[in-house]
Amino acid sequence: MTKKDVVAELLQSIGMDPAHPFGDDVARIEIHENRVVGLKLVKGLHVDADETDTGINAVISVDDGAHLEKPVHICFGVLPENGLQHIALDIRVKQDARASFLAHCTFPNAINVQHTMDAVIAVEPGARYAYFERHVHGPGGGVNVVPRAKVIVHEGAEFTTEFELIKGRAGRIDFEYDTVCHARSVVEMTARINGRGDDTIVIHEKALLSGEDARAALISHIALRDDASAEIYNDLVATGDRARGHVDCKEIVLGRAVARAVPTVEVRNPSAHITHEAAIGSVDSRQLQTLLSRGLTEDEATDLIIEGLLSKKARWAGD
Amino acid sequence: MNILSVNNVTLTLDNKKILDDLSLDFWRGHIHAVIGPNGAGKSTLASAIMGLHGYTNYEGDILYDGQSLKGVAVDERARRGITLAWQEPARFEGLSVPRFITAGSQRKDTAYVKELLGALGLEPERYMHRSVDRTLSGGERKRIELASILAMEPRLILMDEPDSGIDVEALQYIFEGLRHLKDKGVTVVMITHSMAVLEQADHAFLICQGKLLDKGGVKKIGKYFANKCIACDHINQPALTEIKA
Repeated sequence: MTKKDVVAELLQSIGMDPAHPFGDDVARIEIHENRVVGLKLVKGLHVDADETDTGINAVISVDDGAHLEKPVHICFGVLPENGLQHIALDIRVKQDARASFLAHCTFPNAINVQHTMDAVIAVEPGARYAYFERHVHGPGGGVNVVPRAKVIVHEGAEFTTEFELIKGRAGRIDFEYDTVCHARSVVEMTARINGRGDDTIVIHEKALLSGEDARAALISHIALRDDASAEIYNDLVATGDRARGHVDCKEIVLGRAVARAVPTVEVRNPSAHITHEAAIGSVDSRQLQTLLSRGLTEDEATDLIIEGLLSKKARWAGD
Repeated sequence: MNILSVNNVTLTLDNKKILDDLSLDFWRGHIHAVIGPNGAGKSTLASAIMGLHGYTNYEGDILYDGQSLKGVAVDERARRGITLAWQEPARFEGLSVPRFITAGSQRKDTAYVKELLGALGLEPERYMHRSVDRTLSGGERKRIELASILAMEPRLILMDEPDSGIDVEALQYIFEGLRHLKDKGVTVVMITHSMAVLEQADHAFLICQGKLLDKGGVKKIGKYFANKCIACDHINQPALTEIKA
């Protein structure tokens, strides 16, 4: 297959029309297995990618003060049933820059696919960086997704990340984000995952609020059915003056599924404040009865409640 | 003429008799009020008619369109046309207002949602992208719940304390909604201890300690309720002669 054909198939797998994927003003990077198969840059964005024997090393940077008007589209994928993809990313969003990335990770036919990512991300003073990660998996899971990121959010900068499984079975998802938040920075990390079958989900999210007036919200909304399991570790440590943090962990557990939430909140500064909210259990009885009284079956009502739990509209009310 | 008949229903919860040989007939297309002091069994009655979990193990029978509701699940009752508006509507974090409103409706289109919101005095554009969560006030949630009920086009609506937690202006929209439903031939049963709500009804029942004490026109029952129940020393044991006076 040519690179163009691979790109077309990747885009098709995420529900896009390969004939009309993007406008000319949209930057994009497509990586299949450990090869860069598509790249288009816009002013202010730089990508330097090396294909190695073991994966791809990429440095992505956004210039000082550059405002990328449209989200950069990234597509990481493995189309065959078996494969290995390793991405080492170094992302630098420079001072006062603005950029958002929409990353689709697609493994539509996976039976035994491993996708690992090691990222180092620096959001420089005054910059804003958002990374929206959308996963498309196959109906049987068959994928082991292991992203790791170390993030430094400098003074007055903002970092938002959302991890969402939009299609297929989770397989095994094991991700770890470790964030250091400097003065007046804002961080929001959200994961929304629907697990079923024998899916396994492990989430480690950590934020150190070291700067004054730094803020962070760690949000995990997980729905589990069948024999799926999840372990959620949310660590929030506040050392900066007037730092504010919030942990929101909600999990709906159905059937034989098992959920475990381990929140750690630590405050080492009397002017700092962290709140923690967790709810794990079956579908809320009151919500269920309300929808049953509208004529939905129990399965339909449960699906709708889970749709709400995993919806993008959930926001940190304390902000 | 009856859409719903409660026949000699006795319901015991935690060894306490909440409904005690209660019999009531609800006429098709009318607005009924069920009033009584706190603990009289009003909400329990609504829960038993709806068939909510924990409220179905009653003696006696409840007939809807002449057929027993025994063994009929909540969702099936709803599909037959019965629904319940809760005293405090549930919150659904992340679930959009339009999705919630149309959950039990055949019509799912945006224009319909906007029409329903507008009919209840809610500016549609302010709600189309919001969730049914804690950012909505109690009054907003109450009206959005009523919109969801209007959308499913029920035949019998049980409304538990329709004025609870809402302001006077919002209440007027709810009353308007009630009149609209009545015009369409829908039967409404309001659970209340509010005179303002009672006045919207065509007919009322007074219950106390799970028993029917009196029934009749709103004026008659309202007077009894205002004069006797609220300040009555023996609120749960009024003398029969007193009731009939």
